[in-house]
Amino acid sequence: MTGPMLRIRNLRARVADKEILRGIDLEVGAGEVHAIMGPNGSGKSTLAQVLAGRDTYSVTGGEVLYQGQDLLALPPEERAVAGVFMAFQYPVEIPGVGNLYFLRTALNAIRKRRGEEELDAMDFLAFAREKMKLVAMDESFTGRSVNEGFSGGEKKRNEIFQMAVLDPRLAILDETDSGLDIDALRIVANGVNSLRSPDRAMIVITHYQRLLEYVVPDRVHVMDNGRIVRSGDRQLALELEEKGYALVQEQPAAPVRGEAR
Amino acid sequence: MSAPATIQELTSRQYKYGFVTEIEADAVPRGLNEETVRLISAKKNEPAFMLEWRLRAFRHWLTMKEPRWQNVRYPPIDYQDIVYYSAPKPKGAGPKSLDEVDPELRQTFDKLGIPLIEQQRLAGVAVDAVFDSVSVATTFKEKLAKAGVIFCSFSEAVQKHPELVQKYLGSVVPYSDNFFATLNSAVFSDGSFCYIPKGVRCPMELSTYFRINAENTGQFERTLIIAEEGSYVSYLEGCTAPMRDKNQLHAAVVELVTLDDAQIKYSTVQNWYPGDAEGRGGIYNFVTKRGACRGKRSKISWTQVETGSAITWKYPSVILQGDDSVGEFHSVALTNNRQQADTGTKMIHIGKNTRSTILSKGISAGHGQNTYRGLVRIQKSAAGSRNHTQCDSLLLGSRCGAHTMPYIEVKNTSSTVEHEASTSKIGEDQLFYCMQRGISAEDAVSMSVNGFCRVVFKELPMEFAVEAQKLLSVSLEGSIA
Repeated sequence: MTGPMLRIRNLRARVADKEILRGIDLEVGAGEVHAIMGPNGSGKSTLAQVLAGRDTYSVTGGEVLYQGQDLLALPPEERAVAGVFMAFQYPVEIPGVGNLYFLRTALNAIRKRRGEEELDAMDFLAFAREKMKLVAMDESFTGRSVNEGFSGGEKKRNEIFQMAVLDPRLAILDETDSGLDIDALRIVANGVNSLRSPDRAMIVITHYQRLLEYVVPDRVHVMDNGRIVRSGDRQLALELEEKGYALVQEQPAAPVRGEAR
Repeated sequence: MSAPATIQELTSRQYKYGFVTEIEADAVPRGLNEETVRLISAKKNEPAFMLEWRLRAFRHWLTMKEPRWQNVRYPPIDYQDIVYYSAPKPKGAGPKSLDEVDPELRQTFDKLGIPLIEQQRLAGVAVDAVFDSVSVATTFKEKLAKAGVIFCSFSEAVQKHPELVQKYLGSVVPYSDNFFATLNSAVFSDGSFCYIPKGVRCPMELSTYFRINAENTGQFERTLIIAEEGSYVSYLEGCTAPMRDKNQLHAAVVELVTLDDAQIKYSTVQNWYPGDAEGRGGIYNFVTKRGACRGKRSKISWTQVETGSAITWKYPSVILQGDDSVGEFHSVALTNNRQQADTGTKMIHIGKNTRSTILSKGISAGHGQNTYRGLVRIQKSAAGSRNHTQCDSLLLGSRCGAHTMPYIEVKNTSSTVEHEASTSKIGEDQLFYCMQRGISAEDAVSMSVNGFCRVVFKELPMEFAVEAQKLLSVSLEGSIA
């Protein structure tokens, strides 16, 4: 493969009548960690969902090449098979479905589609236990239903645990730091850092600079009103923290004279 | 593939037991009158007490009106247009042993996954196979006899153990109980009979497999299980029918009796033909099931997985007479396409410190309508009794319905009754989450539904829990909106 792992060109997307992504351009190379910041409603989470294949949003223009292939043409589960993973901002509860059973089903679905051998319950358990250590999850997680009754912090740790097991090439972390206290944030950040690798790209979406103190990004992008309005290194994140998003926000357009006619 | 579209597809069902067996039948003429009742009794060579009982039932039935209070809709049933008895014609003198069962019938049950040969897949389960109106084979009879357990067709029990039949028949569900039970009492043709003697733990699972084959035939079978003091039995029934455009009536009666310290665990996996997507055909499953915990510390538990039938209408109940007796009801009822279910339970607390648990999981898909209807009655005598009820409904799509109708009557102050209910939808969020992890939409739905039902499935005997899971997935195929 030549070129970056992910190349987004002029991506536009809308939900109902509202255009939310208004021309995104972004390139992320293997081994890189890119942070996407921006005020609420700037389109950060929409970008993550569109990349993961959520059909609530319709793509109205542009293209996304992932490892050279047209990502937008794939259904969500095929994107997962191709190595795209999204850590959800609000992980979903699935009552009655065991956490590990769920994850083994996912892993085996992916392995099967890739023509790899499926893991049996015993092998999987041994493998999963290793990965659980990355986010300091104890045995009690194994017996519980997917995210059911999990605290906010446990849900986010569970997302990173799933990422560790599924071993994606492109990981999109959608506000994984939101709702975490400082201890949980550290645990999650350590998990993420341990998964940094030369053949994996990560997009870390966050509202605050805080997470980036632990997960140090190679690049920082700032989104506003559906576009990336500034890019830089991690200094940009610090600058934003100091000055706020007003630094990058477009001034509201002055009303055009005579428009009322 | 978008999630809603998948849900749509997943709920277009395929029924894989819809084949017809070509076999010569010995049937009585269509219609119902006193002659029909006498004819059925004569065909079965019954003792006088049976005929009298049937006739009392029939005469009472003539005075009754079909109930209309249930939350299901169907056109009037013409009771004169039904064949009340149809049996595969025996070739020769009738099978003396399993080896002599008509190969055509054996193939039918093989196709249904119920081998009539011992030592096969269901090696730990004794099977009574009922085809239309009669039992065609019962496996493992000898092994059970060694333990003192009687497991045979109802007809055989009438011949060989008339004193037991006479003592218990109608003692839990009297012939005058309700319209359909009374009809059954008049015309029932066969069914299963189990007797577990004092102190015996039945060495294997017992099961009856009901197959409706003949056209325009009603199936009216009767099951009677008696568990003497300190005994235990686990019993399972399964059912299928061919795909036919016309509705068929299935009106069964099940009676259970437990004496002191005895326990009956009764499981049902009901997969009668549900009709097609437009609601043509399918079985009307109007069944009366009731258990009496006569003895102290005795226990009856009903577990049902209801995925078939055009209409399911039944309330497996427990009468808790013995002090400290326990009643349980665990149910999964699924309605898809145009299926309707009005099902639940009745727990009647009479003895002191009696306990009951109700756990109902209703799943509605397509245009399915699912009603939980349950009665918890704690009588004055039932001091210190407890009930816990939980009713959960899951909706797949927006054209189906879920209804919960609990009736609670408590006549003393030392008892507690708890009722919890919830309704949820399999959301796009849940599906997308699974799909993002690489799981197909179809598997995601099936996983969510199975998760929803897991607390009930774990009550089923192991072999059947797996079957039930598969059945649920198949029943949901093409069904979500």
